[in-house]
Amino acid sequence: MSTDDGEVRLPERIRDFELVKSVRTPIRLRYDYRPSAAAASYLWAYSERRIVGHRSPVDGAVFIPPRGVDPRFGVATFEEVELPDTGHIGNFCITHLPIPGREGLEVPYVSAWIHLDGASVGFLGLVRGCHTGEVRIGMRVRAVWKPDDELAATAENIMHWEPTGEPDVPISRSGNQAFQGPSQGMS
Amino acid sequence: MMRWGPWETPTSFGKSLTSDKSKHEFKTRYGNVRDTDLRVDLVLEYPFSRSTGKVIGAFLTGLREGVLLGIRRPDGTVMVPPVEYDPVTGEQLSELLEVGHSGEIISWTWVDPPRPQSPWDKPHGLALIKLDGADTAMLHAVFAGSPEELFTGMRVTALWRDKREGHITDILGFISEVRS
Amino acid sequence: MTDMTEVQLMVRLLEAARSSIGLEQADIGFTCSGSSDFLAGQAFSFVQTLDAVGAFPPISESHVEMDGAFAFYEAWVKLQIGEIDTALVYSYGKSSPGSIRDVLALQFDPYYVAPLWPPSDAVIALQARQLLEFGIVSLEGLAEIAVRSQRNAVGNPNAVRASSTVTVCDILAEEVVTDPLRPSDLAAEADGGCAVVLATGSRARDLCDRPAWIRGIDHRIDTQALGVRDLSTVPSVVAAAQLAGAMEDRIDLAELHSLSTSQEALLLREIGLGSEIEINPSGGALAGNTLMAAGLMRIAEAADRISKGEADRALAHATSGPCLQQNLICVLEGA
Repeated sequence: MSTDDGEVRLPERIRDFELVKSVRTPIRLRYDYRPSAAAASYLWAYSERRIVGHRSPVDGAVFIPPRGVDPRFGVATFEEVELPDTGHIGNFCITHLPIPGREGLEVPYVSAWIHLDGASVGFLGLVRGCHTGEVRIGMRVRAVWKPDDELAATAENIMHWEPTGEPDVPISRSGNQAFQGPSQGMS
Repeated sequence: MMRWGPWETPTSFGKSLTSDKSKHEFKTRYGNVRDTDLRVDLVLEYPFSRSTGKVIGAFLTGLREGVLLGIRRPDGTVMVPPVEYDPVTGEQLSELLEVGHSGEIISWTWVDPPRPQSPWDKPHGLALIKLDGADTAMLHAVFAGSPEELFTGMRVTALWRDKREGHITDILGFISEVRS
Repeated sequence: MTDMTEVQLMVRLLEAARSSIGLEQADIGFTCSGSSDFLAGQAFSFVQTLDAVGAFPPISESHVEMDGAFAFYEAWVKLQIGEIDTALVYSYGKSSPGSIRDVLALQFDPYYVAPLWPPSDAVIALQARQLLEFGIVSLEGLAEIAVRSQRNAVGNPNAVRASSTVTVCDILAEEVVTDPLRPSDLAAEADGGCAVVLATGSRARDLCDRPAWIRGIDHRIDTQALGVRDLSTVPSVVAAAQLAGAMEDRIDLAELHSLSTSQEALLLREIGLGSEIEINPSGGALAGNTLMAAGLMRIAEAADRISKGEADRALAHATSGPCLQQNLICVLEGA
């Protein structure tokens, strides 16, 4: 803790009591959160097992999930693009510590950047269905969805991603395709 | 045209926030839906347990024991509630002393309805109260039947909670000294 | 703003600000924003809002968890160093999903005050009562300020509260909501944003026919403990106005970031603005308070009128913290 910042003189009345050393001050804020039209369109499509991204009007890069903006240029996006539920792993991390409040999540678990076929950027997903030592950049995966009758307008529709067994995407062509420097251009 | 003001900010959820008709409608297997039909209660909650140090700790200890404390400032005046450094000169403060349980209202207003997270569940006064022996005021509730009962200069006295733990709400609030 | 995110709102505003003077993001030397994560309910929410700027390749950027007026100040400081000659400042607030009154309770002392969750309008009322009781302003005086705001706001497309016919009687007939204040005494909440471009010297002259020059700018802060302050005075705004050189010459108009009629009355008195000065021609924050952006909007509204030739010298004010705890004064001149 901090260094002693000098003595404090207390009135006789409370000098012998045990000093309060901490106080609980919980805070709780509630928000009525509504997604934008772009995100809502994506979520409703998701409830029907469809994955919909947005195409950039500048260079055709496809962003998923769509936010109605191409963040590289600060321009609005409108064009919807349907994407398959297959892709590859752009990056990953194996975690051995459990998450408090997520008792259903077995450790170790693999969180990965999932790059769908046709998308220029990735998003976070869980990888299962193989030994953690087998997970690698470029590994091809497909989505494992919840049963049809459990689908809803929520990101929870895809439970995790599992390897397809197909040949890997070469590392040089894996991962983020939209944020290359000007010298590398788009692949 | 007045769209909304602070008094209309919803305190419950599920209530529509604007009267704008959404342009965005989608055909889904659930039927036609609007983007505005999607909403979620986003709740941010943090437990926060704060270290109090020697000065704030002393004040909260006093509250737990039913004693109110102030701290002497370099100019000789007494600040309640006490803080570690003088708010004007920045000098470190260390001399705590007892102040009275009663004082006068410096300013007041009325809160109706009470905020969901506040310690109070009935309409109440909110006031700056200068306790006897203090030169600064502290903020707390004043219990009264209606705002008509409150006035600047009114004498009030602290109402203590039975079981206290060292928290500003060890004081339930203040009531008219006449009635206490 | 239910169908738009803050990012989508800012895309159009930033594009408008830059393109109105023919600049691209690559031409901007420094970008600074003001916003609050507490409105978005998301930590580092301002980072996501950079999507609206087009921050790739990476840009020189900063952020203040405050009103954009203070981001404006930071940009002005950066421009003084002399390494860049343009800066982009923006701020925004979408407060509708949450509750302003509760969020603002968290700006108080976490031990003694925040656990009481004092509503922001009640805190404003505590100061208003003192002004009434000390004879600094009357209820009619407050109503006159409310009327002026609503009438001035009629010409402002960004106002959410405007009326060309409202009278003092109408205001006084409203039921008190936070004793002694009425609904029209308190700023009307609005989601929104603001973007401003700053430029130095000859660059400014190239970009704009009649720039609004920042002749003076300063901000000062008082203690946050309400009970220690004399709420009937605002020493920080007096100091800021003096250091910014506000009263060294005639002022044509003033845009004040008052969040209540009582705060406006107090600011007029403390800064020393007489009746010959046009006050809040935009309607002020009373006509539409976008938390985190209303202060920058005052600067923008004042600058806009100077650029249009409607005024030669203007004062813009921004505030932060409860009961005018912290105050910024910006003096703008044309030509």
